[in-house]
Amino acid sequence: MSTQVVASDNKLFGILAEFENPKKLALACQRVYQTGFQKFDSYTPFPVHGLEKYQGLPESKLGWIVIVHALMGFFGALTLIVFVSYIDYPLNISGKPFLNFPAFVPVIFELTILLSAFGAVFGMFFLNDLPRHNHPLFTSERFLKVTDDKFFLCIEAEDSLFDDAMIRSLYEELDATHVENVYED
Amino acid sequence: MASSYQYVPEPVLVKGNHSFGSITSMVADINLRPTPTAWYLAFGAALSLLLLLFSMIAYLIWEGTGVWGLNNPVGWGWAIINFVWWVGIGHAGTLISAILFLFRQDWRTAINRFAEAMTIFAVMCAGIFPAIHVGRIWVIYWVFPIPNQMYMWPNFNSPLLWDVFAVSTYFTVSLLFWFVGLVPDLATLRDRIKGRLGKKIYGFFALGWTGSTKNWVNYEKAYMILAGLSTPLVLSVHTIVSFDFAVSLIPGWHTTIFPPYFVAGAVFSGFAMVETLMIVARKIYKTKDIMTDDHLEKMNIIIMVTGSMVGFAYIMEFFMAWYSGVEYEKFIFLQRATGTYAWAYWTMMFCNVVSPQVYWSKKLRRNVGFTFFISIVVNIGMWFERFVITVTSLSQDFLPSSWDIYTPTWVDILTYVGTFGLFFTMFLLFLRFLPMIAIAEVKSVMPQAKLDYYDDKGVLIPEKVAKETEVLV
Repeated sequence: MSTQVVASDNKLFGILAEFENPKKLALACQRVYQTGFQKFDSYTPFPVHGLEKYQGLPESKLGWIVIVHALMGFFGALTLIVFVSYIDYPLNISGKPFLNFPAFVPVIFELTILLSAFGAVFGMFFLNDLPRHNHPLFTSERFLKVTDDKFFLCIEAEDSLFDDAMIRSLYEELDATHVENVYED
Repeated sequence: MASSYQYVPEPVLVKGNHSFGSITSMVADINLRPTPTAWYLAFGAALSLLLLLFSMIAYLIWEGTGVWGLNNPVGWGWAIINFVWWVGIGHAGTLISAILFLFRQDWRTAINRFAEAMTIFAVMCAGIFPAIHVGRIWVIYWVFPIPNQMYMWPNFNSPLLWDVFAVSTYFTVSLLFWFVGLVPDLATLRDRIKGRLGKKIYGFFALGWTGSTKNWVNYEKAYMILAGLSTPLVLSVHTIVSFDFAVSLIPGWHTTIFPPYFVAGAVFSGFAMVETLMIVARKIYKTKDIMTDDHLEKMNIIIMVTGSMVGFAYIMEFFMAWYSGVEYEKFIFLQRATGTYAWAYWTMMFCNVVSPQVYWSKKLRRNVGFTFFISIVVNIGMWFERFVITVTSLSQDFLPSSWDIYTPTWVDILTYVGTFGLFFTMFLLFLRFLPMIAIAEVKSVMPQAKLDYYDDKGVLIPEKVAKETEVLV
């Protein structure tokens, strides 16, 4: 295991450990979670299925954001069409009823989907605090590999159990290939 | 009776013993290497066709729609044919990215980025035609419900208006879905590129992605929800496109079979287009380990299935025309097969119904050169399908005194040729600057990405991997 200690005046963000494969990372996450750490996260090049369970993460809340948007799309479209074709300017087109609901289905459906998709994409960015271009981890050279083939775990300094020596020995025990301190930029 | 049953073995998804790192470099380095000369040549050709498209549109707007070959009974010509053709091609991208995702077809990861890009560019090409065919393009905003002093609102009873909402929603959602998939891969490029400007640009669009598991949990949820939303969306889009025809009273159009038959045709032509592009791209960019022959075989099976569905619909239309007892219906279908445009009808029948049947043979399904040929034949056939539907029904309508023959003008033809310029300009830019394969997704379907393939100490179990590859090879 290689270790690297860079002195810095900046505030410590956390201690970053690198692992060589997803399973080692998962086992490390499990151990860190069971030790009682709260503020830590793992970083992987691709979604590792099942890793969130080792880390004790709750289910995503995104579904609730999407359903709210879907309902907004549905009722918004319904209101728009009824206002336009029935209230503001009812126009007789080939003797069709002004409230011709079967004909309104396509547009209501499309707008429901459109709003839901906005909810899903922008809701996901909102829950993930994106865009955020200045993450402290970007100061680490090793961390460039997180989008390639290396797996990382970072325990943040704000955690109440945070203890430099203890974390370093824990990482060593967990077979980390590299450990370093990461400072706020 | 057979006493034992074995599952058909799934072919291995990534060939050639790749590691995560070699996948990254195979795909991402395509964008980081210096631009090949051949790319400039292709891009130059595409740009000149794009210029042709712009000049044809300018000429059309200057002179009016009279420069097209439309006449009195045939008020819809190449514009609607090209629109339906391009939108249909787009559908394969969404099918691959959404429907195959919901069915857990992991092989989609090799081609989804590629196919989604094709979707977006095809919908762009499609969207041009309804916009320019309106005659007075400067008031195109009338199709949107914008308050104005004339108290003029769109007519929500009209399938043409539904189409506006369907196609613009489809484009927006496809673009968002594509972008969500791109974010982790843009982060890969951000972390690999050396130049400062490139790092800034990729970094900007990567939004500061770190690959944190807390983010992946929300990301995967968003991906699944988008797939769930896109599935009914893609079916609705071509359904609504078919309503443009089916809701009218013209013989040959006014049938309930149109929505499913249009959707099947769309998937059919879209898969063919993905194959055409993919066979060329995987050869030039040497990505055959990811885009394998097995992928082509699977796509050929889909082409065969959807081709047969389309063929069934063609025959069913004849049955319904006869069974309806309506003279005009019976007449128009006889005219299709034997009248002025019979040559177009039989081209369509041959390309769409007969040609995909060759894929019952495994040997031909796996023959790359042959697949390339059929993929082009299929798209020619699908263009003729739209031609047959649009033109035959209109040119001989209810009153024989108003019948007329339709022929396109040079403007019609060059506008259509020009849309290929737009399509290939966009596609070449995509190949040059964005990863053409979803890197993160391909990694996630490799055996060493799965936690089950490791023992309790975090060591890969070679037997498990070997067992998979052995059945799979």
